[in-house]
Amino acid sequence: MSAGTTPGAGRKDAEGSSATWARADRIGLALSWAAGIFLCVVAASIVIYMAIRGIQFLRPQLLFQSPEADLNQAQSGGFLDPLVGTFLLTVMATVIAAPLGVATAIWLTEYGRPAWLARPVESGVEVIAGTPSIVLAIFGLLIFQQGLFGIFSITGGDGEVLGRSFFAAAAMMSFIALPLVVGATREALQAVPNHVREASYALGKTKAATIRRVLLPAIRPGIGTGAALGMGRIAGDTAIVVILLGATLKFQPKESLPLLGTLQGTGSTLTSYVYGNSPAGEGDAPEKAYAAAFMLLLVVIGLNYTVDRLSRGRKGLSWSV
Amino acid sequence: MERLTPPPVRRILVDSEPTVAQPPPPRESNGGHTADAAATALGSPAVRRPEPARGTPQDRMHLEEISIAYDGKAAVESVSLPVRRGEVLALIGPSGCGKTTLLRSLNRLVELTPSASRSGRILLDGEDIDELEVTELRRRVTMVFQQPNPFPMSIFDNVAYALREQGASRPKRDELEGPVTDALERAGLWAEVGDDLARPALRLSGGQQQRLCIARALAADPEVLLLDEPCSALDPRSTSVIEELILRLREEVAIVIVTHNMQQALRIADHVGFMYLGELVEYGPADQVFGRPTEQRTREYVGGGFG
Repeated sequence: MSAGTTPGAGRKDAEGSSATWARADRIGLALSWAAGIFLCVVAASIVIYMAIRGIQFLRPQLLFQSPEADLNQAQSGGFLDPLVGTFLLTVMATVIAAPLGVATAIWLTEYGRPAWLARPVESGVEVIAGTPSIVLAIFGLLIFQQGLFGIFSITGGDGEVLGRSFFAAAAMMSFIALPLVVGATREALQAVPNHVREASYALGKTKAATIRRVLLPAIRPGIGTGAALGMGRIAGDTAIVVILLGATLKFQPKESLPLLGTLQGTGSTLTSYVYGNSPAGEGDAPEKAYAAAFMLLLVVIGLNYTVDRLSRGRKGLSWSV
Repeated sequence: MERLTPPPVRRILVDSEPTVAQPPPPRESNGGHTADAAATALGSPAVRRPEPARGTPQDRMHLEEISIAYDGKAAVESVSLPVRRGEVLALIGPSGCGKTTLLRSLNRLVELTPSASRSGRILLDGEDIDELEVTELRRRVTMVFQQPNPFPMSIFDNVAYALREQGASRPKRDELEGPVTDALERAGLWAEVGDDLARPALRLSGGQQQRLCIARALAADPEVLLLDEPCSALDPRSTSVIEELILRLREEVAIVIVTHNMQQALRIADHVGFMYLGELVEYGPADQVFGRPTEQRTREYVGGGFG
């Protein structure tokens, strides 16, 4: 979060004082300082401004009331459904993305053969990472509107499959988290020195047993980092929610089993709630939008903090290379 | 502001002779004195030249005309050696002479390098190791590496690792307690960790980690123990603890150690093989290789001061 906290300039070392530098170098140094401080100011003002607005409008009952469509803002309720929707969607998408990403990363790092297959897999992950989420959303609609997937989403009156549900949105959201999980897991695997793998083989273990019993425990913090990063991105995405989750103010379960019906039905998240209540949306209730946006910011900062803890937590427990 | 003077430029001589050995202190009559002097210099309790192990040494492995090449480039050239229980065999030689490659061929770990190819036969108790299931071979010929590398699990699970089925995590803890305790005792670690085996192994000190790796390698009750410069990452005190351990263990298991530390070879080895550019230049009892080397190249490497 904090950029430019430890600028390297000002050290008294063999480089000498910057006063003796060429003019272009001094301007460069000043610009680097300015860039770092500028980012710091931006980050701080986002947090502070949102905190002021959020605290001004955030009331505990907002967290426990379902939203209602009402022009009178005193009657329009809170954002319980979007808040639960955010958690539900994030957890579902991560549950899909984590095993898929870990498996991909293990295959790429530990096997990676044949090379003609590994290279396309690598580029595939990069393509997914680079695809805008609105494109993923439209693509998801294309898939989930097929009759074959009718069970996963709501249907219209005449039995037409609409392709909108928590299932559909989570499936596409998982592709947002996937590249992050793959990246973090690969990094963690590459940080395990080769002699650790060899030590396991040298005790008569197979490669599969080595991966399961030695590598997986070793890379757990890395997987956690990737998953937490991915959750932050999922919680913050709007396009997929609007197109694939329906962005209905409240949960609209499908006629089915109690919990399953909710997952087959539509709903909303904090992002779509903020959008809906912003001046651009239908609700046009900026106070509610500010309160929900602040809530969302807290969730994402919390996830970032988790990432930080995970990536630092086990530093003391590793091998020398 | 004060300006610092640039550090002096150090030149690295590329074409110098590969004589790495420290010139040993002036000697009197036999190798024993030198070993004492070396041990004292390391600040460890005096380690004498080892007494021969009790009982007659027993042949465990036979290397017959072993040649290993990486991408067709020879790393080891037709080496023949016996490996015996009851004695420590030290492989010495300058970096890149093939000693580690030779060691890694004994448990077929060298096969993990795709470009490596091997010829010649290696027999383990009369059986060709190429005919054995590789996982079985590696339980009978275990290995300890240069860097301590305990697995990211508890001390108990580390030692029990080789005893468990391939992927299993915790079957029959009660049955494993005996062998685990036994292995930790043999590795001289029980007194230090016996009270809390659930601790993560990576929290141990470097020397303890390396002894844990030895315990882990002993747990499967192997016939041969391979050590690849096991002390090079350790401080002198941990080194001497592990050297004493090696001398004790040679009674029960055949030990092959690769070392670039000649004083260490002198302290613990019964037989020494000197390798140079992939060739086994000289093989014989340690006293002879250090005291009266027959080959000119050996004499140059061990420093010439021994005989």
